[in-house]
Amino acid sequence: MSERYEKTGGGRVLGAMTAAFGGLFAVGLLSAVAGLARPADDLHGAVLDRVDESGVSHPVTAVLLNFRAFDTLLEIGVVLLALFAVWSIAPPQGRIVAEGAASLPTGPVLEAFLQIFLPTLVVAAGYLLWRGAEAPGGAFQAGALLAAAGVMLLVTATPFPLAIPAALLRAAILAGFGVFGLIGAATAAAGREFLDYPPAYAKVLILTIEAAAAVSIGLALVHLFRGGLFTTRGE
Amino acid sequence: MPVLDTGQLYGVTGAILFSLGLYGTLRHRHLIRKILAVNVMGTGVFLVLVATRYGRGVPGAPDPVAQAMVLTGIVVAVSATAMAIAFTLRVHATTGSAHLPDADAEEPRP
Repeated sequence: MSERYEKTGGGRVLGAMTAAFGGLFAVGLLSAVAGLARPADDLHGAVLDRVDESGVSHPVTAVLLNFRAFDTLLEIGVVLLALFAVWSIAPPQGRIVAEGAASLPTGPVLEAFLQIFLPTLVVAAGYLLWRGAEAPGGAFQAGALLAAAGVMLLVTATPFPLAIPAALLRAAILAGFGVFGLIGAATAAAGREFLDYPPAYAKVLILTIEAAAAVSIGLALVHLFRGGLFTTRGE
Repeated sequence: MPVLDTGQLYGVTGAILFSLGLYGTLRHRHLIRKILAVNVMGTGVFLVLVATRYGRGVPGAPDPVAQAMVLTGIVVAVSATAMAIAFTLRVHATTGSAHLPDADAEEPRP
């Protein structure tokens, strides 16, 4: 029993081996990256050539929501999968908020700050969503801001002013993936490829997807934040 | 060998970040440190992805396709990190520690 706790120096040897492995790996990776062949294709040019048909003028948004929209659909799916995983190991609902609220500071300054800060975040999210068509921005950035507002509500234990049924909340979390997938199915049913929008409707379709996705991503991120919040007190 | 251009410089930085993250992932026993190290590795991958496409299509400009892929990757990394932290909290709640056991203690006991 006592040998188990003896210092054998095994940890030090292991550390040296890890460092040596890391060093060798770094050398190999560096030479590989520095000598990477330059691809002959011109994806950038191809995007710029056809960005006019995409419904948006910002090339990154055009790639994300039109040319490679399937990637983005699956990306929202990954967020949902992570949320399901966190939910599956989360403690019963309501416990965290109730336990956390007792120890949280509160006061008029915090309340006044939140009254200004939270609406500003929501407006900024809407602006980023709209702006994403022609500049960096879009559903994920807007979703991140909405999530920040939600996390502020959580960590300050501010109750949400509206009573939202859990079923509606879950529907809103799924809405981004659902709307995205349905629009894809609709384009496929109309004789085009999956998620191949008709150029005339591309802008309105992209905005619809982004609006739904922003709400879903914001809610999903808040629940990822909250769902993992575990307390061992009393266990 | 010519001096590194902008894309290669960032690519090499990404490779260094990845290697540092790999070392940290293997070396640290605390799960949160492992999660952080994996995130450093991911950041290195993103840097390599954007850097190797820098200026390839239009000189002096980053490639929007690579940017979009990295944006997708960042969101996936955030989701995976949130999941990993939730699992770590569960491990801590169950075992009372977020450390992996010592290397010596992992050897089969007589």
